[in-house]
Amino acid sequence: MYNFDFVKPATVEEALAALSDEDAQPLSGGQTLIPSMKQRLNAPSKLVSLLGIAALKGVKTSGDVMEIGATTTHAEVAAQATAYPALAALAGAIGDPAVRNRGTLGGSLANNDPAACYPAAVLASGATVVTSGREIAADDFFDGMFTTALDDGEIVTAVKFPIPQAAAYVKFEQPASRFPLCGVFVAKYADGVRVAVTGASEEGVFRWTEAEAALSADFSAGALTDLSLPADGMMTDLHGSAEYRAHLVKVLTGRAVSAAA
Amino acid sequence: MKLTMHVNGREVTGEAEGRTLLSAFLRDALGLTGTHIGCDTSQCGACTVHVDGRQVKSCTMFAAEAEGAQVTTIEGMENADGSLSVIQQAFQDHHGLQCGFCTPGMVMAAAALLRDIPQPTEAQIRAHLDGNICRCTGYHNIVKAILAASGQPVAMAAE
Amino acid sequence: MPKDGIGASVKRREDPRFLTGRGRYTDDINLKGQAHVHFLRADVAHAVLNGIDTAEAAAMPGVLRIFTATDFAAVGGLPCGWQITDRHGQPMQEPKHPIMAEGKIRHVGEILAAVVAESVEQARDAAEAIVVDYEELPAVIDMKAACAEGAVKVHDDLASNLCYDWGFVEENKAAVDEAFASAAHVTTLELVNNRLVANPMEPRVAIGDYALHDDSSTLYTTSQNPHVIRLLMGAFVLGIPEHKLRVVAPDVGGGFGTKIFHYAEEAFCTFAAKQLRRPVKWTSTRSEAFISDAHGRDHVTKIELALDGDNNFTALRTDTYANMGAYLSTFAPSVPTWLHGTLMAGNYRTPLIYVNVKAVFTNTVPVDAYRGAGRPEATFQLERVVDKAARELGVDPAELRRQNFIRKDEFPYATPVAVEYDTGDYEATLNKALEMSDYAGFDTRRQESAGRGKLRGIGLSHYIEACGIAPSNLVGQLGARAGLYESATVRVNATGGIVVMTGSHSHGQGHETSFPQVIADMIGIAPDQVEIVHGDTANTPMGMGTYGSRSIAVGGSAMVRATEKIIAKAKKIAAHLMEAAEADIELKDGAFTVAGTDKSVAWGDVTLAAYVPHNYPLDEIEPGLEETAFYDPANFTYPSGCYICEVEVDPDTGQVEVQSFTAADDFGNVINPMIVEGQVHGGVGQGIGQALLENCVYDADGQLLSASYMDYAMPRARDLPMINVDHSCCTPCTHNPLGVKGCGEAGAIGSPPALVNAVIDALQRAGTDVGHIDMPLSPDRVWAAMNA
Repeated sequence: MYNFDFVKPATVEEALAALSDEDAQPLSGGQTLIPSMKQRLNAPSKLVSLLGIAALKGVKTSGDVMEIGATTTHAEVAAQATAYPALAALAGAIGDPAVRNRGTLGGSLANNDPAACYPAAVLASGATVVTSGREIAADDFFDGMFTTALDDGEIVTAVKFPIPQAAAYVKFEQPASRFPLCGVFVAKYADGVRVAVTGASEEGVFRWTEAEAALSADFSAGALTDLSLPADGMMTDLHGSAEYRAHLVKVLTGRAVSAAA
Repeated sequence: MKLTMHVNGREVTGEAEGRTLLSAFLRDALGLTGTHIGCDTSQCGACTVHVDGRQVKSCTMFAAEAEGAQVTTIEGMENADGSLSVIQQAFQDHHGLQCGFCTPGMVMAAAALLRDIPQPTEAQIRAHLDGNICRCTGYHNIVKAILAASGQPVAMAAE
Repeated sequence: MPKDGIGASVKRREDPRFLTGRGRYTDDINLKGQAHVHFLRADVAHAVLNGIDTAEAAAMPGVLRIFTATDFAAVGGLPCGWQITDRHGQPMQEPKHPIMAEGKIRHVGEILAAVVAESVEQARDAAEAIVVDYEELPAVIDMKAACAEGAVKVHDDLASNLCYDWGFVEENKAAVDEAFASAAHVTTLELVNNRLVANPMEPRVAIGDYALHDDSSTLYTTSQNPHVIRLLMGAFVLGIPEHKLRVVAPDVGGGFGTKIFHYAEEAFCTFAAKQLRRPVKWTSTRSEAFISDAHGRDHVTKIELALDGDNNFTALRTDTYANMGAYLSTFAPSVPTWLHGTLMAGNYRTPLIYVNVKAVFTNTVPVDAYRGAGRPEATFQLERVVDKAARELGVDPAELRRQNFIRKDEFPYATPVAVEYDTGDYEATLNKALEMSDYAGFDTRRQESAGRGKLRGIGLSHYIEACGIAPSNLVGQLGARAGLYESATVRVNATGGIVVMTGSHSHGQGHETSFPQVIADMIGIAPDQVEIVHGDTANTPMGMGTYGSRSIAVGGSAMVRATEKIIAKAKKIAAHLMEAAEADIELKDGAFTVAGTDKSVAWGDVTLAAYVPHNYPLDEIEPGLEETAFYDPANFTYPSGCYICEVEVDPDTGQVEVQSFTAADDFGNVINPMIVEGQVHGGVGQGIGQALLENCVYDADGQLLSASYMDYAMPRARDLPMINVDHSCCTPCTHNPLGVKGCGEAGAIGSPPALVNAVIDALQRAGTDVGHIDMPLSPDRVWAAMNA
C-alpha cells in the first residue's frame, strides 16, 4: 500500500484538527479500510486513528435509549449491549471473531458498505447518529452505497438506539465473503414497526415500508403473505440474482418477525 | 517511527512506517515467521495473533496500533519448558494439521475460543473458526483437536 | 514388528515445528542482499501489445532494473510435458508459452514486465509508472464459441483455438454408436465440471540466487517436485546445466496440483538473480494467485449411457470440451485425456466406451491438474449419469450400480479404455458405506427433516482412480515427455541410524512420519532411527515429486527396494561376522541371527562394521552401507470406494446443508491410518467445496469475477460435517511391494457426485422434476432450479 503518516490523538478535538489536512482520513478498526489500501484503492496522506480517544468507547443505557460509542468494537457491543439483545446478537455475528475484536460501529456506519449489518440495525431502530458536529437521524444518514451524510472531516462519535419492544436480525450469508447476501432487521416500537434491509439493494440499506405497514397492523410472519418486493433495483452478482434477493428479503423478514415475536 | 511493544512477554523495539502491518512487523522486523500471510482480503486467518488478549488478524492492523500492547504469537504458545501446550499437543494428537500453513492461526483462534468458552460445542467451534481457512484437513481433525483440548472426550484416530 | 511400524497411527514428527511457528516455508527465507520483484500483469484478457515504456519507472527510487519480454528473447518458453496425438494422428497444437507476454496479451494476469527494486513497495510504485501501449481485442472465453467457425483466435499462428480433438478409443467408435442404436434405454446428461482454483493456503513464492564464484544458481520455490522444476527450467528455459542449478522446495504449505507446474515467476527470479548478481524474491499475494496459479477442471460434457432391457450397461459415449486456458501449462494436455478417458469405465463392466475430448484455447489463465486431475471429471459424469439412469428406470441407485459392478473374481480386469485394474472389491465398499450411513434408515431421517420444513436427500457415488503415477514406458507411449518413476537413497550411518533421501516431496502428506514406519518394519528398529530428507535437489536423487497419489506407491516402493539392497548387503556382513553362510542369516527385530542357532549380531554392530571394516569381507564387498533405488511401477494403482452424502435443502432459500458424509475406501494396505483418514477428510472437504461453494467465473471480456476470497467461496468449518471414514475394505495392490494404492485424491474424486445426487434426490422426493443442477449448488442456483 501507499505510505502515510500515522497519528493517534487522545481527544476528538485533536482528531478533528488532524483530519483538517487534505487527504487525511480517520481510521477506526480498519477492517475494510486496510484491505482496500492493500489493493491501492485508497491513498490517504495521513491516517488519524480514533482508537486512542477514550470518550468514543462504551455502551451506556439510560431509560429506553442505548448509546454506543463509535469505536466500540463489535465484540464489545455483543458482550455489553444486553439491554438490546437483537443488536448484541447482530454485532456478535458480524464477520468472524478476529474482525469483531477490531471492527467498530462507527467505522461500519461511516463506510456504509451495502452489505454491512449495522446499517440495518441503525435504520430499523430509527437511531440517531451523533457526529463531531451534529446529530443525524438514521433516515437521513445513509445515502446510497458507500455514501453517507457525513461531511469531510466529520466523524461519528456515537449512536443512540431507541430500544424496541421486540426486534430481531436475520441474515443470509454470501458464501464467499460471508457478508449478508441479504439481511433484515425488524424492530417493533410502540408507534409501529420498522424493517430495514441490507445486502440486497443497489442503493444500499433501505426500509421496506410495505412490510412495515403490514407488520404494524399485525406483527406476525403471516402478515407478509400477500406482499412481494419487486426485483427492480436489487443487486445481481455471482451469488444471486435480483429476483433471488427480492425473494430472500421476504423470507428473511418473515423469519425475523418470527424470531422477534 | 520506532515502535515498542511486548511480544510473547518480552519488550521489543523496531522500526516501522505508517503502513507497516503488524504481520509485517512481526515477520520482518522481529523475525517471527510463524505468523503467516495467506490472503490479502482479511479472510484466511493464517496471520491470527492475540493483541492485549484478543484474537486479531495481524495483516489487518497497523503495527503502530500495537504500540505498547501485549502481543502473543504462535512462537509464544508453548509451555515454559518448551513442551507443547495443551492445545498444540491436541493438534498433534488428533492430526489437526497437514501442511501447517494455517496452523498458527488455528491454534491462536482455538486459544481465544477456549479462554471465552472452556467447553465449546462442535457448533461453537465451527462458528469460531469462521475467519480461519484450512485447505488440507476438511476441519474434521481441527474440530476434534479443539474438543480434546477442552477436555471433552473424542475418539482417537484408527489404530 | 515395532509397535510404530506399518499400520500404526504414529503421531506426526513434523507437527511440533509447525505448531510452534518454526516451520521454514519459502517466504520465511530471506537472503542477504535480496531484492524484490513486482510483476506488472495484464488487466485485459486479449490485446495486441504494441510496446512497454519503462523509462519513467526505471528512474524511480529503489528500482534496480525493469525486465520485459525483450530480455527473454534468447530464452525458451515454458515447456509442456505431455503431447497428445489427436483422432487423426496429428500432434496437438502447441503454442509458445513465453515468460512474459510477447506481442500479444492472452489472459488477465499474464506478466507484461517485472520491476526489481530494493523493496516490494518500491517495485510496486514503479510498476504503476510503466506505460503499456496496447490495443484491446475481443476475448474468447466460452469454449464452444472458441471452436466456432471464424472465432477470434487466441494464438494467431495456430490454425484454430482447438488444441486437439481426441478420440478414445477411436477404433471403438463405430461399435459404440451401434450399441446405442440398439439400446433398450439411453440416459443423456449435459453437465459442467466447474472451474476451480486450487488455493493451497501458502501462496507461491520464488527466490532466485546466483553464486558468481562457481557460476551456480539456486531457486527456492514452493514446489511439489523440485527435480522436475530443475529439469524443465534448466534444460528447456534458461539453459543451465543441472550440476549448476539447485532447486529447493522447503516446507510447502499445500499444493493440490497447482504447485507441480513450472511457472514463469520461477524462471524469472533465477534469471534476474544472475543478471543482477543479487537474490531476487517474489511472494505472491492471494489476489495475484487467482490470476497466475494454474486453475483446475473446467469441462463441459455431454454423456450418454446405453442400457439393455435388464438394466445392464451396454455402452457409454461422452463428448467433452476441456479448457486449456491461454497457454499449455506443464501437464495440461494429459488431464482431460489420459487421466480422464482411461477412467470412464469406472467400477462397471460397460463393454463399449468412446470418449471424445476437444481441448480448447481461451483467453483465461492456463488450466492444469488440480487434486484428482481428470479423474474427478470422469467420476462426476459417470456417477451422475448412472444416478439419472436409476431414477429414469425406477430402480435403487445402489442396486443399479451393484448389478453392473466388475465382480470381485474378474480381476485383473481389462477395461475397454486401455487400463487393467489389478484388484478391487466394489461390492464390499458399497455394503460398508450403506451400513455406515444407515442407508436403510434414511426414510425416518427424511421424515424428521420434513417436520422441520427441510427437504432431505441421500446420494451415493462410486469411484475408481488410477494412482501411483505412473509406468514410464506406458505413459511414454501416451505422449508423456518425462519418466514417472521415483527414487530413494537409503544411507545407513555407522551407528545404525538411517537417512532416506527421497524424490517424493511432502507438502502436508506426512512423509517424514510414514516413510520411517516402513523402514522400521523392514529392519525391526524404531522409526525414530530413520530420518527423511526431501525437497532439495542438492541432496536427493533425481525424483519426480509428489502428485497423483503417488508418494507411498511409487516413492515408498523405491525406498523399499533400496532398503532391500541394504538388507542384502548387511546380511553378507553379518554372515562374515558370525562366520555363517549368508543363506542362513535372518533379520528380525533389529538383529541378525543364524537360523537354527543362538548366534546373533545386532543391527548396529553390522552397520559399524560396514564403516569400520577391520573385520570385513573386503575382497567380496565394498565398505559402507548406502543404496539407491529407482522404482518404475508396473501399472497404475486403482483405489476405489463408495461415498454417501446426506443433505437437507431449505426450500425457501435453496440452501443446501450437508448432514452427513460417509467414505468407504479401498486403498489397499495402509501405512499410517491417521494420516490416511486425514487425507480423505481433506479431499472430501475440497469435493464438497467444488459441489457446493467454489466457482471460478470469468465474464465475457475475460475479467475474473471470482478473484479473491470475497467472491471465491472457500469451504469453512461451518460448511462441513464430521466425515465418517473407513478403509477396512482392503484388496492390496498386486504389483508394488507394499500392496499400497494411494489415498491423496480419493476424497476429491468421489465426493462431488455423491453430494449432487443427494440434492437431486431431495428435490425429486419433494415432487419437483429437477433433473440436474450444475455445480456449485449454491443457494441461488438451487432456488432457481426449484422455481423454474
